[in-house]
Amino acid sequence: MSFISDNIKKINAENKKCLTVFLTAGFPAKDKFVDLALNVFDAGADIIEIGVPFSDPLADGPVIQHSSQTALDNGVTPELVFDYVLQIRNKTDKPIVLMGYSNPILKYGIKKYAQRAVETGVNGLIIPDIPLEEYDDFITDDFKNLDVILLTTPTSSDERIKTIDNKSNGFLYCVSIAGTTGTNNQFGEKTLSNLKRTYNLVSKNKMQIGFGISTPDDVKMFSPFCDGVIVGSAVIKSLWNEKDSKDFPNTISLIKNLSAACK
Amino acid sequence: MTTKYNAPDIKGKYGIYGGKFVPETLIAALNELENIYNESIKSSEFLTELEELQVEYNGRPTPLSFANRLTEYYGKAKIYLKREDLCHTGAHKINNTLGQILLAKRLGKTRIIAETGAGQHGVATATVCAKFGLKCIVYMGELDVERQSLNVFRMKMLGAEVIPVTSGNKTLKDATNEAIRDWVSNVTDTYYIIGSVVGPHPYPMIVRDFQAVIGNETKEQILKKENKYPDYILACVGGGSNAMGIFYPFIDLPTRLIGIEAAGHGLDTEDHCASITLGDNGIFQGMMTKLLQDENGQVNEVYSISAGLDYPGVGPEHCYLNEIKNAEYSSITDKEALEAVKLLSKYEGILPALETAHAVAYLEKLMPATNKDEIVVVNLSGRGDKDLNTIIKEINL
Repeated sequence: MSFISDNIKKINAENKKCLTVFLTAGFPAKDKFVDLALNVFDAGADIIEIGVPFSDPLADGPVIQHSSQTALDNGVTPELVFDYVLQIRNKTDKPIVLMGYSNPILKYGIKKYAQRAVETGVNGLIIPDIPLEEYDDFITDDFKNLDVILLTTPTSSDERIKTIDNKSNGFLYCVSIAGTTGTNNQFGEKTLSNLKRTYNLVSKNKMQIGFGISTPDDVKMFSPFCDGVIVGSAVIKSLWNEKDSKDFPNTISLIKNLSAACK
Repeated sequence: MTTKYNAPDIKGKYGIYGGKFVPETLIAALNELENIYNESIKSSEFLTELEELQVEYNGRPTPLSFANRLTEYYGKAKIYLKREDLCHTGAHKINNTLGQILLAKRLGKTRIIAETGAGQHGVATATVCAKFGLKCIVYMGELDVERQSLNVFRMKMLGAEVIPVTSGNKTLKDATNEAIRDWVSNVTDTYYIIGSVVGPHPYPMIVRDFQAVIGNETKEQILKKENKYPDYILACVGGGSNAMGIFYPFIDLPTRLIGIEAAGHGLDTEDHCASITLGDNGIFQGMMTKLLQDENGQVNEVYSISAGLDYPGVGPEHCYLNEIKNAEYSSITDKEALEAVKLLSKYEGILPALETAHAVAYLEKLMPATNKDEIVVVNLSGRGDKDLNTIIKEINL
């Protein structure tokens, strides 16, 4: 059984949607990150998705690109990310997922990365540049104690969505739009009909929607077609706007509002 | 030799290299491209249209010129130059853009995007878009916009919109990232014309096949002139499209295929882009490749005086050819390349592009070991007019 999936089920059983918050590791400040993550959990995040910074984040828009570069400039390495997870894990049981591109994993050593993730208390991984086509070669048995979470997009065919659902563990990440993260979106009829289509096709996993969700209103609008929402760029943007503050009050209040909208 | 070379495999891999390491959004578009490509290369209508364009618009076949004075200068093997610098727009890049624009048309796409380093691929893309009346957007690193201002002006004249990219070290790698992000965001109406044998499958294969016209012509021309195949073929390698194009038809033959990477300020410095020579396996821009990266898997900011070679990865097929030893790879510094610009200008009346000059410069290392009855072909991938801004600063006359 999956710890992440069990958590989402429990939340849904209370008639709530799951709220996943994306944070870039070591952003906006290296030494404040662990406290930030714990405060984000306290403010109502059910899952935290920690971005492992990469120099060439293809699936990300300008906001997360910038945070990723800032983190690299701050000296964030995969090893430090694992150290953060260990520290957060000492204070909370809530699910932690790492989002990171494949090359730093390959360089770290696939087996070693998977082992270190389990050791430090990571529950799942999102690797945006490993589609189904590369899954079997990259996701070896070493990952058996981690949920590898796969993504669907509006360009995925019905047949493909079923296969992705079948291979994904923890939850299914439904990308709302054909675009990069943080795309300012009007969420037209087409977006909603695609979300409905995907939600109807998914049977094994709980489904969370991400990309372009930034306000409590967005959460309300998507609630009927998902089991949870993922908010990234809006949080990162807010953190950057108050990067010199002590404990990021506006970001924390944004998360409280998003969490309230999940109820 | 019994087994015929037949990479890539069905998954788009060349040994362990290549593949489709892209976000899910692009998979449908890559599959669509692969299908239309496989269909098109079996269609006589498509092949005839492409052939006509190559002849009537691009000026093919390009000559295979005997370099008599350069041959005399070295006093060893006979040197021939495959004159891709005489292609329309001044480099081999248009061989590929003509093919891909026909694919875009077949797919019904209305918006074309491209990345460019030296600007040659950008110009070649803008040119075919003008010819076919399609909207064209070219991503170019801000640093390259500066050092290749002539080509920026040309692209604008041709009706393209040139978007300077300010992320990373503002060169080819960053322009490619931005083009991929554009494609992810506009995948339904947009066709991405990749300019080299890089990126996710099927691009490395498609670009190679459209560039193979270079090698196919060379084969025919050298047989006619010398009644035998060349002993050596030299080509510069950034992403590696001109090299792949001339190497490919010779892979199963005994000809020694030598790819020349850019050593910039020297392999012992951080300022080079010799990916095969010094990189290790990495996943980058949709492919498994030899990558210049740090100990945490972050991609290095690389360097070469030539904007077209300034790229931290390399075409997956080159990685494979290197591994199975069907081709060999070496490198040339900025300084050596500049000497070659002078040499070729003085002895043959040809001003080569800085990229191309890396291949010419390798003659200095190769020629002493050759014999008079041997033949060397250098792929003269592009002309150097575009580089005059850079060259003026480096060479005193």
